Amino acid sequence: MKILLVDDSKTMRNIQKSVLAQLGHTTVEEACDGQDALSKVGAFQPDLILVDWNMPNMDGLTFVKHFRQTNKNTPLIMVTTESEKSRVIEAIKAGVNNYVIKPFTPDLLSQRIGETMSKVKAAA
Amino acid sequence: MDPAFITPFIASIQNVFSTMMQLPVTMGTPNIKMTSATTYDVSGIIGMSGDVTGNVVLSFPKSTATRVVQLLTGTEFAADSADFADAIGELTNMVAGGAKGMFQGKKKVSISTPSVVIGAGHTVARPREVPVICIPCQTDCGELIIEVAVQASAVPAAQAA
Repeated sequence: MKILLVDDSKTMRNIQKSVLAQLGHTTVEEACDGQDALSKVGAFQPDLILVDWNMPNMDGLTFVKHFRQTNKNTPLIMVTTESEKSRVIEAIKAGVNNYVIKPFTPDLLSQRIGETMSKVKAAA
Repeated sequence: MDPAFITPFIASIQNVFSTMMQLPVTMGTPNIKMTSATTYDVSGIIGMSGDVTGNVVLSFPKSTATRVVQLLTGTEFAADSADFADAIGELTNMVAGGAKGMFQGKKKVSISTPSVVIGAGHTVARPREVPVICIPCQTDCGELIIEVAVQASAVPAAQAA
């Protein structure tokens, strides 16, 4: 499975990569903001995208809205410090499939990835 | 300053440090600071805007910051490296983001992307009329301080928009 990590923090991308490696996912591409992610999705064709909300240049919510204009199927998980209910609803309306609030444990992130991919498979 | 703006930072730093690093944080007694100089040499800084404005600084002695970064990343970075600053910035982001989610009354608050300043005796510009509340924290990696200088906006964000 190909996974795109979108976060302006290299530290956070490395933490997520480590969790993904434990789950056996090593085909990972990284993007440092929404613009960078939009420039990479075409060539990389990810099977799953993990995206932060607060980033410079283009934030995660804007990225999701742009991405969903042309891709309705690739699952997206928002991984963010934005914990307010109104934010979660805003993200889901924009097209994210699941939501992880930072800080997170490795178990929580892997559980959310598992849930998301199971739902996508069931819907296919 | 409204204590409702202080307790979320205490809960948030304990949550972030325990979840990401299994590092318990013991809180000291908060006090008010009158100077713009930060307490220690490494500052992670986040601005807040919307219904609450101001900024928040995680102020670390270099020795504490080095140990915390090593615990978070699994790597020992030099204090002048981009990776070191990135890790301090991400910790600050998680603490401030977690705290804003605990503000009472469904406040609409946005946070900036974090900045990190490293160097002895640096200062951080803060709103002049807002007191800086220092919240001492003790961990097994050493001490640090959360410096909170925020206030409720005169005009709520929903009305200003």
